[in-house]
Parts: sequence; C-alpha cells; structure tokens
Amino acid sequence: MTYLRPSFRHPEQPINELGFTRKDYEGALSTLCAGCGHDSISAAIVQACFELSIAPHKVAKLSGIGCSSKTPTYFLGNSHGFNSVHGRMPSVATGANLANRDLIYVGVSGDGDSASIGMGQFTHAVRRNVNMMYVVENNGCYGLTKGQDSATADVGSASKKGEPNPFEAIDLASIALQLGASFVARSFSGDREQLVPLIKAAISHRGFAFIDVISPCVTFNNNPASTKGYEYVRDHLAATGTVDYVPFKQEISTSYAEGESKAVTLHDGSVVQLRKADPELDLNSRRSALRLIKDYRAKEQILTGLLYMDEDSQDLHEIIGTSKTPLQALTEAELCPGQKVLDKLNDSLR
Amino acid sequence: MKRIEAVNDFVIKFANVNGTGSASANNMFAKALFRMGLPVSPKNIFPSNIQGLPTWFEVRVNEKGFLGRRGGIDMMVCMNPQSMAKDIKELESGGYFLYDSSKPLDLRLLRSDITFIGIPLRDLCRREFSDPRQQQLFRNVVYVGALAALLDIEFDVLTGLVADQFQGKEKLITSNVRALELGYHYAAENIDCPLGIRVERRDAVGDAILIDGNTASALGAIYGGASVAAWYPITPSTSVVDGFDKYCKRLRIDPASGNKNYAIVQAEDELAAIGMVIGASWNGARAFTATSGPGISLMSEFLGLAYFAEIPCVLINVQRAGPSTGMPTRTQQSDVMACAYASHGDTKHVLLFPATAQECFSMTAEAFDLAEELQTPVIVMSDLDLGMNDSMSPPLSWDDQREYRRGKVYSGEQLEAMSERFGRYLDTDGDGIPYRTYPGAHPEKGAFFTRGTSRDEYAVYTEDSAQYELNMQRLLKKWQTASAKVPCAEVCNASGAADVGVIYYGTSHEAAREAVDSLSRAGIAVDTLRLKAFPFDDGVVAFIDSHKQLFIIEQNRDAQMRSLIVNECLVSPRRLVPILNYGGMPITARQIESDICRHLDENKVQPLRAAKETV
Repeated sequence: MTYLRPSFRHPEQPINELGFTRKDYEGALSTLCAGCGHDSISAAIVQACFELSIAPHKVAKLSGIGCSSKTPTYFLGNSHGFNSVHGRMPSVATGANLANRDLIYVGVSGDGDSASIGMGQFTHAVRRNVNMMYVVENNGCYGLTKGQDSATADVGSASKKGEPNPFEAIDLASIALQLGASFVARSFSGDREQLVPLIKAAISHRGFAFIDVISPCVTFNNNPASTKGYEYVRDHLAATGTVDYVPFKQEISTSYAEGESKAVTLHDGSVVQLRKADPELDLNSRRSALRLIKDYRAKEQILTGLLYMDEDSQDLHEIIGTSKTPLQALTEAELCPGQKVLDKLNDSLR
Repeated sequence: MKRIEAVNDFVIKFANVNGTGSASANNMFAKALFRMGLPVSPKNIFPSNIQGLPTWFEVRVNEKGFLGRRGGIDMMVCMNPQSMAKDIKELESGGYFLYDSSKPLDLRLLRSDITFIGIPLRDLCRREFSDPRQQQLFRNVVYVGALAALLDIEFDVLTGLVADQFQGKEKLITSNVRALELGYHYAAENIDCPLGIRVERRDAVGDAILIDGNTASALGAIYGGASVAAWYPITPSTSVVDGFDKYCKRLRIDPASGNKNYAIVQAEDELAAIGMVIGASWNGARAFTATSGPGISLMSEFLGLAYFAEIPCVLINVQRAGPSTGMPTRTQQSDVMACAYASHGDTKHVLLFPATAQECFSMTAEAFDLAEELQTPVIVMSDLDLGMNDSMSPPLSWDDQREYRRGKVYSGEQLEAMSERFGRYLDTDGDGIPYRTYPGAHPEKGAFFTRGTSRDEYAVYTEDSAQYELNMQRLLKKWQTASAKVPCAEVCNASGAADVGVIYYGTSHEAAREAVDSLSRAGIAVDTLRLKAFPFDDGVVAFIDSHKQLFIIEQNRDAQMRSLIVNECLVSPRRLVPILNYGGMPITARQIESDICRHLDENKVQPLRAAKETV
C-alpha cells in the first residue's frame, strides 16, 4: 500500500458522457495490504461506473464487516455508503432499496460475511430478487482476524498456517442459482478484462445480480497449498466465454460467428454479448449452469464468466407492487389520510 | 347463602376451549354491554396453541369507568370440562356459575356458597342444528343469548350486533339470531331471571370506541407516515403489522395506478427486519418494525448501530412474559431494561410508554417525529394486555394542520448553497443533533459514509481517542435534548397535601387509577406520576423529592423501571417501594390497594403517648 496518492492527473484525461473523469469515481486511499485482490475489484467497479456514465450520487454502496466490506470507502467517493454490521448488509440494502427504487445499489461482501454469519440474509435477498449488484470478494479466509478458514475454503486447501481445511466448501454461486438469483457470474480479481463487463452487466440487470469474485488474500491465503491463491487460481481457470457489455444506444460492433455467441438485451436496452467457450452452456438455464460448475470442479477447474441470467425477472418492487414513485419521495398528503377518514374509522369501532 | 348483588359493576369470566369459535361470541357479549352505554374491558387470556387448550375471556363492567382488572370473578361461564375444577374454585363467594348441563355436574366440585346455573347447551344445539361444526360454534352464541336473559341485556342490541357483523350474509344472520333466541328462551323459562348481578342501560361511554392497542398502533404508523414495514411474526405483536396491512390496503393505494404507497416485507428473522427498517430510514423513508421481547434481543446489535450511526427507526415492542420464550401469550412490562440499554457499549434508547389504545395511536405517530428529529431509535413500549385486548378509548383524532417533523436533513438546494464542507456529525446547532443527507441528494456534495465504527465529525474512520470521546459526548448532549422533546410524565395530585406518591407507567394505569381512588375514599391521599417516556424529564425527580413515601407499580419481577430511575436520576433505591405483578395476568386494582395499605400499616409508627392511651 502507499500512503500518498498523487493529485496530479493527466491534463487531458478522458471524460465520460456526463462529463466526469475517472477520478470522480475514485474513493479514499485503500488501507488493504499491498497486492490485495480486493483493490483490483474496487478499480474494476470504478472503471465500470465511469464507462457506464453513472451519476456517482445515484449509487448507494453497502457492505457488512471484514476486509471486503471496507472497500466501499475506496471507490465512488461521491456516493453515499453504508458499512453496516457483520453479515447484515443484505437486509440494510433491501430496506434502502424499498425506500428508493431509483438508486443503483452496489453491495460488497466477503466470504465470511456472506457464507457464514450472513448466510441467512444472503439467501433471502437472493430469493426476494432485490434489485442490486451483490459482489462477494471471495478469498477463502478471514483476513481481518488474521487468516482463519472461511466457509468457502475448499476441502484440503491450506492457508499460510498450513492446516488443511477439513470441511466441505460452500459455493455461493451454486446457492444463488438454486435460490433463484436472476443473474449469476463468477470472476477473478486478477482478470479485469472479464470482470469489468460483468460488473457493467450486473449493474444494468434488473434484479439480484450476484458476482462471486475470487480475490486472493496475499497475506494469509496465497501460499501454494491454497486453492484461493493467485497461482492456483491462474492455473485452474476456465471461462464460460468472453463477455462483452454494449451500452444502450451503442451499436454492436463485435461480430461473432453464428452459433458461438449469444446476445442478451437487458431491461435498460443494453446488450450483453457472450462468446461461448463451452457450447454446453445455456445462459437461461439454471440446470445447465449448475451442471457445468460441477463438471469443471470435477476437473479441478474454476469456471468463471457469466453463468446464468434471466433478463425478464421481476424485482422485489414489481413482485409486491409498490408505487413507481420512490416511497421516500411520497408527500405527506399521500401518506396521511387525515381526520375525515379517522371519523369514519371511529364510527366503525362503536 | 348471600348472593352477589350488583348493577353495572361486576366481573364475568368465560372458560372455553381454544379453536371452538368462542372469541367472537365473547366479543359480541362485551360489545353488547358497550352499546348499552356501559364501560367494559374485555381481556382475552389465551394459550400459545391453536386448538384444544383452555382459554379464558374476562369481562369487567364498571359504570364508573374503571377499566383495569379489579380482581376476583363474580360470574363464570364454564364451557371447558378441563378447567372446571379450577374455574369453580376461582369464583367469589356468592357468585354464579353457568355450565353446560347436557352432562351432569361432578358433585365433588359443588360449592355451597355459589349459585350453579345449568343450561343444556349441547343438547339445545343438537336439536336445532344438523351440522356438527354448527352445533359446536353456536353453543357459544346460545350462552350469549342465555346471558341476555340472566343479566338483562337488551336483546335488540345483540341482534343489531349480529346484523352488523354479518352484513349481507342473511343466512348467517338468521342462524345466529336463532341461536341467541334458543339461549334466551331457555333461560327465561327455566331460571329465575335476572340474577343478582345485572346491567341497566346508561350513557357512560360518550363517543368512546372499542379498539385494541395493536390496531391503534398500526393506524398511528399510517398517520405517522410510515411507508416501509419489515417484521417477523411473533405473538403478541403480529396484529400490528396485520392492521397496518389491512388499513394500508384501504388507505394507501395510489388511485391512478393501483400501486401501493407502502411496502411490507416479512423478513427471515428479527435481525433482518430491523436491518431493513434501518436501511429504509437511512434512505429517507419512515419505517418501522413490530416485535416482542425475543425479537428485541435479536435486534440489539442493530439497535447499537442505529444509535451510534444515528439512524432513525421506530420499533413497537408489544411486551410479553419473559425471559426466553417465557409465557408468550401472557402480559408483562419486563423489557424495560433490555430496551433502555439495548446493545453492547454505551447505548441508551428513547422509549415511549402508552397506557391506552389512544396513546398507542398518538405515540406511534409521534415516535416517527421523535426518531427523525433525534436521529435515533424510538421504541414504543406496549404490552400484550394493551396490544391484543379491545379497550374503551376516546375516539382517535388527528390534527390536519399537523406537519411531520422530519428533523435536520439538508436538501439538494441547501447543499448547493453551502460553501463549507458538509460534516455529517458536526454539532452545528449545539444541541447534539447533527445534519444528515439522503443518498442521491446532490451530485457533488453531502455524500458520506455511514458506519458503526468510530469516525470523526466528517464521517471519516478514525481511531483517535479524542475524536471518539467528542462523539460520545455529543451523543450524551443529544440525550439531554431528547429529554426535553419526549412527552413529560403526567402528574395527578390529590386534592389535599399528600405524603404518598405512586409512580407507574403503561397498562398499570387503569388499575392504579382505581386503587388510588379507593385509597382516597379510605382517607389516604395519594399523588400519582405516570411515566410516559425515557429519558425522564425533570418532573420525575421533582415528584420523588416532594414525597415522603413513594411506591412504584410495575408488571415485572425485578422492578426494572425502579432500577432505571435509580440509575438515571441518582435516587436511592430505598426511596421507591416496588409493587410488583408478574404472573402474566394484568395487575389488579385490589392488589395495588392492598399492597400499599399493607406497607403503610407495617411502617406506621405510633406516637408513644397515643399507644399508651389505647392500652
């Protein structure tokens, strides 16, 4: 890590459609360990938001507790953030989303935060299809308390302390698929080319968009015996394909050969173009995604990329039928029925 | 045998089996008396079970308008063989025992000092109705009909209630009226009617309504502008959200689109429920949850976050008997300490103590203003007795001129005009309450990071002791500000100078009022102080300082409010004599009166000379 961030920027740095530079999407200086995978994810979020031309103040960032949950401080400094309690970010995000459906919600969590203490809240946010991007920065260990195994650590994987983990791993992507998440992807913090378009697609997706990002802990879980270290992950990666994200109004210029690619138009008109590496993958089939995850795992490979999406899913607001006006913007006249109504009510109670 | 004789002043208790449809018949009975202009207070004493266990319904009629439990039962309507022995024992001497004489009474249970009234309810219903389910259900209506004859209830009032309840369902009206007539005629022809206890029409209820506290709280949330409710089912609070749902469906649907101007989410647990409330409140909506003791325990971590990060939120805690699962369908005021200091670290929370259904309405609405003004959790401390029982209440009222007090929130325009840096936790006004902003308010200004960790005045993480202490001190200053904003304790002075002061809160109100009235008629002048909120206002200490003999009435074992007063007001615990009721049934006027008298007698110091004179 560095303690100083140079204020100097290239005088002709690019600006996006809204006139913002990339700097407008940055946050405070990271205090994570040098080389931490999480910082790459923060950078990918910055890049995705800049390229999507999102107004920074229209984003709300939420997190739980842990190294990953610290990161919302390090990106989107002009957005409101909420560092809540351990494992409870999903409920806070759900409430925030209920109050104002017009903001973009970015939830950042870790494997300890989501697969252990917050497993219950994670699963219920999935099944409610809360409209948000939910990123798990997955390093297989508890970094902030010095490297204990987490519930996503693979059986037999050993952290720096050297004890192999004896317990079965929880695969959050598989769980999200089973519980009805409408967008599921997996990526690697070291693969920004894959991660940035996935983040863009997740933000544009309407509904719960889950990305499990394997993000090595350089301090406690980056040794040769770990299956979440840089070396292991790089050697065992397989991708569902190459993902391109094409914003609404922008012409699709990439051309793929017939039969190899699939273009999915999202609710906001943008397009996700997947160039499939595995012809078996059916992007709209949970079964296909679950099977492929298992198949690759059997080959000791980690399948990354876009795994599943349902571009027509209904989010929580649509399911429960709330007003199009954000609830927090309703006026007193819309909220309070007044004395006349109360008179009638009183009459009915005599 | 001396039979109890009383007009418009008695207690009747119904002993039923739960799941047999008795509740609606018993409610009809209570409402009939109410419509005859008589103050009534029905109390449902039910098991934590759906079908087959004993359940009771106690109705007090009192022309003078005392609505608390008096203590003692004058008449028992016993429909449950399981509980009959106990029910007979419970009756006052000279009382009346109505039972189903289709089966002979166990002679071992007979008491010579009470009047047994047998009505063959099962046989009457078997003869009249062919459907077994109807035979069961209408047995309850038949005894209400019999009570009309036995107690002089106007029959028209009962048929009017049936007509109101089953509006548009002619068949049901006819069969219910038929059942009422069956009971009425049987009693009139076979029993010497009316009994020694009976009712007479009066004009003693004015424009009052009959409403349960939970429904009143739900309406308070609607009128208070709540648009997000997140909750987890738990007795006895569930009907708060049920009520909110029911009335929102009528009052909060956007007429143009048919969409809901509210959201209700049944959360996966209480932790998630309060998390959603905090998230919604942080984002500028008024949000609440309703829960009971076990839920408060689960919500405690989040309450600490809301206190420390200064996020408004409203909780309605309908208290039940603890600890742990305790007696989940019985009442207590035993979450006082758990709520006042919920969560680890130094925390304090604003509590409101409604004593009536009307206050459930007004205090719930007020809670939203206070929570946003103070940017902190506010807990409305109701209880099962208040929340789930109908009680006579003045009509609900709302001042249409009233505006929501949304507290210190910088709008986008205000942020635009600001030249200085926005500091989320800056004490700009010197009252300990900083300014907040909603997400999305302004493109470049006003964003901040909400966190449960220590931070400086600009919401930036810090581990600096001085900054931490500054913040904790400001929170104390805010607490001072809160004590001037919450409702003041209500003092009610005796006509003459009184040495005795009685402190109470919540649902002890009615029984305390009655006991004090009774004491004053016995020549013991008593001043009372009803606590309405925590933090305490200055009036509480003033009241304590100005009385020689002080009692505090509570419905818990450990005198929790006394501990809170001792701790917060630096009063010696010796000064507050607790009068406690914690068996799960609402406190009675008789208990309060006798406990006070006993204590005063025990401590009476007779002057030596006077003592000699009596020898």
